[in-house]
Amino acid sequence: MANATLSHVSQERRSRWLLLAPALIVLFLAASGPLIIVVIYSFLTAGDYGGIVWSFSSDGWFSVVLQRDFFSGELMLADAHLSIFWRSLKLSFLTALITFLIGFPTAYFIATRPKRQRDIWMLLIIIPFWTNLLIRTFAILELIRAEGTINLVLLWLGIIDEPIQMLFTEFAVLTGMAYVYLPLMVLPIYASLERLDFRLIEAGYDLYATRWQVLKRVIFPLAKPGVIAGSILVFVPSLGAYVTPRVLGGGKQLMLGNLIELQFGQGRNWPLGAALSLTLLAIVMIALFIYVRAVGTEERGHG
Amino acid sequence: MAKAFDVRHQTGFAGIAMACFVLLYLPIVLLVVYSFNSGMSLAVWEGFSWRWYASAWDNDQVRSATMRSLVLALSATALATACAVPAALAMSRARRFKGQGLIFAMINQPLMVPEIVTAVALLIVFAAVKVATGYTGMGFLILAHAAFCIPFAYMPIKARLEGMDKQLEQAGQDLYGTPWRVFRRITLPQLWPGILAGAMLAFVISLDDVVITEFVKSAGQDTLPTYMLGQLRRVVTPEVNAIATMLLAISVVMVVAFFFLSKTKK
Repeated sequence: MANATLSHVSQERRSRWLLLAPALIVLFLAASGPLIIVVIYSFLTAGDYGGIVWSFSSDGWFSVVLQRDFFSGELMLADAHLSIFWRSLKLSFLTALITFLIGFPTAYFIATRPKRQRDIWMLLIIIPFWTNLLIRTFAILELIRAEGTINLVLLWLGIIDEPIQMLFTEFAVLTGMAYVYLPLMVLPIYASLERLDFRLIEAGYDLYATRWQVLKRVIFPLAKPGVIAGSILVFVPSLGAYVTPRVLGGGKQLMLGNLIELQFGQGRNWPLGAALSLTLLAIVMIALFIYVRAVGTEERGHG
Repeated sequence: MAKAFDVRHQTGFAGIAMACFVLLYLPIVLLVVYSFNSGMSLAVWEGFSWRWYASAWDNDQVRSATMRSLVLALSATALATACAVPAALAMSRARRFKGQGLIFAMINQPLMVPEIVTAVALLIVFAAVKVATGYTGMGFLILAHAAFCIPFAYMPIKARLEGMDKQLEQAGQDLYGTPWRVFRRITLPQLWPGILAGAMLAFVISLDDVVITEFVKSAGQDTLPTYMLGQLRRVVTPEVNAIATMLLAISVVMVVAFFFLSKTKK
């Protein structure tokens, strides 16, 4: 009898692994495996013409923040890298802030519609989210180009005499990122506002609270997990953004994603590129950790 | 009597929300409108014409990129879905087991790791394999796309499995159905909407990918998005708008269909 149970268990285990095998093989070959190789590459020596030499070196990691002075050989901070790190963090933070300022009222608006209408409003948020990011970036490009719609309208109205240079500025990258990642802010905030108990708001008004006090002291604390989730969901892809800064920043407003790409061209520094990729990944993982904790608290709070 | 006091109302929120919807759609609408412009401009309207659709269709590069995009998205969707169905079965039907967390992390890796990191990782590995084997075909792109499509195919299937009535399967087993027969006659018919929804998500995700494709493709393996990205360096004509509009149409149809599929079958 015991034997029968045992063989049943081992059979269950075997069939489980058989079922998982195809997915795990594909993911290992084209996701986790390559990531492990990146970790290895970050500890190797850069080849003279790109690629790597198979000998250990920590130069890749050092070059992330440090550089050797060309003449004196003295170590100093790599200003070029640090300014790109700073720009990436700054723009990602601002993107989260802008999307919050627009996204929170929008999510609140949808959550307070009659139940039947909500789905349609949400569909309107979801459609842009699932349409091609490059196309949405391109749509912004057409708006803000020198000969684009915004400049033409402003010229026509006589507000400006010559086109404003908006493209290839931080403003352009920020606008583009806020535009493409806005739905990611609305979705989780809506999810937490939808379950909001409006009797609590009524209670607030009964206690003579103003609208602003109710918003600040009742609605906002209840929506906080959704706001944190949305901020992280916007912050993470912004930090790793590649297409939007490339198209709208035009090689002048590099972000981390573009800096990483540069290291993999001909004659570039692959180990540094690998180390930069892992640095980006580490920041993202920290942000996701905060996210998981925020969402976890939310579930407990409502449980 | 004065207008009733609405506790839900917040001053200005409706206005911001309306502005938000306009901002979300205005750029896309303009992009679509100017794909029908008869002139060269992307901002000055010179009359309606199908000219840029015709010129996109006559462009051999666009035609081959379209074919490649579709073949790639279909192959990757098929592979990803074929991987995701058994994986979802294994993960939702088993009791907790050792390594479950690791497998969960592996399946969700494409969602967590920034695309640019995966892209350079694949560049490193596939470049070496390409040199070693001499093979530079579509296999690399299909494998790469299938990998990042797996979590998208997996999620709706898993959700569907968890919402299903397990007693029916139990009954099937009690009546001496073989595991395969139980799956085919009881599980699969109920799982279908989930599989379809997952496949549609995977298809849209694959069709829209730029970053990973850009790093993995060999020379002459442009898909529509990477072709568009390349065109942006040159003088942009409404032809790009026409291509974008066609891609957009496919995505919107898929998303709306997915939305109603997941709504009605719940």
